[in-house]
Amino acid sequence: MAIPLTLITLVALPFLAALMIALLHDASRAVHSGIAGGASALGLGLLVMLAGPVIGGDVPSASWQWVPSLGLDLTLMVDPLGLLFGGLILGIGLLVVIFAHFYLYAGEATGRFFASLMLFQGAMLGIVIAGNVLLLLVFWELTSLSSFLLIGFWQHKAEARQGARMALAITGGGGLALIGGMVLLGLIAGSFDLATILERGDLVRASPLYPVMLGLILIGCFTKSAQFPFHFWLPHAMAAPTPVSAYLHSATMVKAGVFLLARLWPVLAGTEAFTVIVSSVGLVTMVFGAGVALFRHDLKSILAYSTISQLGLLVMLLGFSLEMAALAAVLHILNHAAFKAALFMSAGIVEHETGTRDIRRLGGLAKVMPITALIATLAAASMAGLPPLGGFISKELMLYQTPDLVLLGLPWLVPALATIGATLSVGYSLRLARHLFFGHPREAEPHARAHDPGFGMWAAPAVLTLLAVLLGLIPMLLAGPLVGAVTGAVIGGAAPEFDLALWHGVNLALILSLIAVAGGVLLLWQHARLLTLWERAGLPDAKQMYERTIGFADTWVRKAIVATHTPSLQRMLLASFAVIVALVIDGALVGGGVFTGTRLGLPASPPAIIAWVLLIAATAAVVNDSRNRFRVLIYISAIGLIVSLAFVRFSAPDLALTQISVEVVTILLLLLALNLLPKDPPLLSAAPRKWRDGALAIVGGVLIGGVAWAMLTRDPGASIAAYHLANAKPGGGGTNVVNVILVDFRAFDTLGEIIVLGIAGLGIFALLDTTAVGAAGARLRRWREDMPHSPERHPMMLLMASRIVLPLTLTVGIFLFLRGHNQPGGGFIAALVVAIAFLVQYLAAGFDWSDARRRFSEHRLIAWGVLTAMATGLGAVVFGANFLTSTFDYFTLPLIGEFELASAMLFDVGVFLTVFGAVMLALAQLSHIAQRAARAHAATLADEKDAP
Amino acid sequence: MTYEFLVASAIGVLVAGGIFLALRARTFQVVLGLTLLSYAVNLFLFASGRLVLNRPPIWDKAVTEYTDPLPQALVLTAIVITFGMTAFVVILALRSFLESGSDHVDGDTVTGDAQDSLASDDTHGERP
Repeated sequence: MAIPLTLITLVALPFLAALMIALLHDASRAVHSGIAGGASALGLGLLVMLAGPVIGGDVPSASWQWVPSLGLDLTLMVDPLGLLFGGLILGIGLLVVIFAHFYLYAGEATGRFFASLMLFQGAMLGIVIAGNVLLLLVFWELTSLSSFLLIGFWQHKAEARQGARMALAITGGGGLALIGGMVLLGLIAGSFDLATILERGDLVRASPLYPVMLGLILIGCFTKSAQFPFHFWLPHAMAAPTPVSAYLHSATMVKAGVFLLARLWPVLAGTEAFTVIVSSVGLVTMVFGAGVALFRHDLKSILAYSTISQLGLLVMLLGFSLEMAALAAVLHILNHAAFKAALFMSAGIVEHETGTRDIRRLGGLAKVMPITALIATLAAASMAGLPPLGGFISKELMLYQTPDLVLLGLPWLVPALATIGATLSVGYSLRLARHLFFGHPREAEPHARAHDPGFGMWAAPAVLTLLAVLLGLIPMLLAGPLVGAVTGAVIGGAAPEFDLALWHGVNLALILSLIAVAGGVLLLWQHARLLTLWERAGLPDAKQMYERTIGFADTWVRKAIVATHTPSLQRMLLASFAVIVALVIDGALVGGGVFTGTRLGLPASPPAIIAWVLLIAATAAVVNDSRNRFRVLIYISAIGLIVSLAFVRFSAPDLALTQISVEVVTILLLLLALNLLPKDPPLLSAAPRKWRDGALAIVGGVLIGGVAWAMLTRDPGASIAAYHLANAKPGGGGTNVVNVILVDFRAFDTLGEIIVLGIAGLGIFALLDTTAVGAAGARLRRWREDMPHSPERHPMMLLMASRIVLPLTLTVGIFLFLRGHNQPGGGFIAALVVAIAFLVQYLAAGFDWSDARRRFSEHRLIAWGVLTAMATGLGAVVFGANFLTSTFDYFTLPLIGEFELASAMLFDVGVFLTVFGAVMLALAQLSHIAQRAARAHAATLADEKDAP
Repeated sequence: MTYEFLVASAIGVLVAGGIFLALRARTFQVVLGLTLLSYAVNLFLFASGRLVLNRPPIWDKAVTEYTDPLPQALVLTAIVITFGMTAFVVILALRSFLESGSDHVDGDTVTGDAQDSLASDDTHGERP
């Protein structure tokens, strides 16, 4: 298979598997695990195919442009480091899938589980083979999200939800810092391509931005890899199902931070800041985690803190900035993945078979579950660093390196602390094995039901433990070339000469190792006494601190929101208007103060002055009489009419047509709504409030009127009007320039507008369709007609007139639509006119009669309208032009003569359908509600008559 | 008197009325205020093309002078969107009235309007 195809398949496989599982979520557990396992195995196969050349020094890579302007390319590459991690992700992934198949119970949501697991696998794989740092960030975020889903898999458990949220908050927050750091890194290095960045280490380290960038990237790495003080999310993430813990917390998620440190080692390492920060954070985490692990009682909690400790060890080794230390880190990554995944799975088996994970209730399990005991004990021995297991070799290498690092000017500090950490590790590892499997059972009940699981469940941890053993017995044969190649990739050069073996003669590392083992045995012997001391000390709980911080932030954010964003519309509007007024005053002062411009005014005709007086009188009446709601509607329509007349006067026939038809629809809408709203509310605001609002209103009115005056008395600047006028006919094929602008020059705007209108229509439907239930429904049923009504519900005159007018109005609508490209009219106006024609039917004959004769669905009209408009736009793309480019031509038909067809016309059809649909949906639905209320009212009246 | 003065002062009056009504406590009045403000804003936008008599932007070979068509196109969609917005707000007001039994914009118990709310309860008596 060609390299690019192999690489893209490698990344795509887990995602495809996740999609397949999600689609087949109703299928059986075997189908889900089969797909997940098959994809993992296939991916592993592809990776093995690449392994030979990669270890030999080849770096298969492939690149596709994605967003070139940002430097974001889809670059994939498999170097030895990526190969190691990819192998762990897929190999342990496969074992985890097998284990999870047996671990999960049949009734659980296995589809969701395996889909999330594969999503996570894809994200992790993406991180390790991404060849572009921006791409890496994308996958990094994806691991945070998918691990959130996995940790919170048991949604019904509060601790699962809390643990998932905490993990997301910490790793997601770190991810934000990482984004900043990576973007800085890319800017410093001048490229986002990983291979290029790795070659420019000197440039990066010399940059003045290096400390900031380093700090941000380290926050990302430390949060992900649970380094002190960001460690606390990891123990709480143990609320996840055990296969998830085995996967996320041994080889993948928490190793992502370590991976990134190793990945960027050639660029970041070597400076004093890097060495001091990274190695001391790692050292503290190692000792701290190991200390806490010693005194935990939940199996998974012990493993979680031991993971924190082991991750600290890895971070410390990478922080040394030494080639041999990097090699030790690489080897330990391999070891840790093997023994920790095996231990998590063993813990899962113990829980599965005994029903508890509390080590204080267990003991002596070796008698009843010997296979599990063997597997777990060997893995724990490797974790303790006992010979002849893999953990011993990497721990020796680590201890051997410690004297080379001097912190705080004390040469003995690092070796001493590392030895303490190692001692504690031996202590908790031995305790885990001893208290769990040996001695006598502490409680009878879990012991009685315990037995070894079936082969399927212990196979996966057995394989891993075997690996841990072989890594100790035949390290060079098994891992030598791989470790060498990976170390070369980490340090960005040739790996140092090395020999992995159990016996290196007597040296400092061996002595420290012996001290650690002896100390560990001592810790185990004195464990009960130490435990009482530990519990008496009562150390602060990081979770409580986290929750207190979150609670504190919550309280203050709430206070800030309430203070700035008061839950009162009146106060918010008052503030908004006041700010606008202040801005206008500020603008006027900056503008220099010449109020009236030099443009000559047009003398007004007497009818215009009369209209103006009417408009002002109507506005005053609306304000003054706003409590008499029906009369106000008449004033409002007078204002709308005068505005339409103004449009006629000032050369805007299209606007006049639109305004007057919108006016009709709006008044109908308000009438219908008012029918259900209270009509004569009592006197409203107190006098001072009225004076204050009135003063603000007058200031605002004078200012905006003044701005309008200042604008109108000045000549306009250079306008793009000339372009539109010149190109409307030759370019757009229409003489009505306004319509050509709407459907052609600025068709994208129009598309957005009709979508908004469609959404408003659907929103209205959603608001009204559900009024029949709950409090609203009850209130609607109790609604009483509180207006004097004509005894005739549907007056005959109106009824007959409306039916005669319907075809005429429709003809006018079609006429307005057809001529719209060349004469005033078009989709918007035609849709409103046609809508009015139908609404008049509703008005005259009632909702039931009209609705029964309705042959269209408003929802479909909106959908088809938007789709038609979009399809017209995309049609242009098919012909190689830009989205929404229009075309037109002239045709001749007998009798009719020459006529024009423009593709913009089709777009206008879309506009027509959407506007018509939205208007009809809003009004018809409202009239439906009103009718329902009226019917309920009539029914109540009838009941009252029947039963006096 | 010039047309410019008439339009500018009409905009000012509409804005003043709109602000005053938008600050009232009842949903219906707020809707009226928004309607007045919409007229004002649409007129203002339209006026940015300046006032021109008898030169509609309908292209013709014989005509050389037109008014600016762009503000007209913008205002045309604005008018239709205004309708969409008004309709949505009216329905929202209606729904909130049906749900809560009050057509007060800030619910029933907002300090400063306590008297009003009491009065409205007297009239409607529908506190849930």
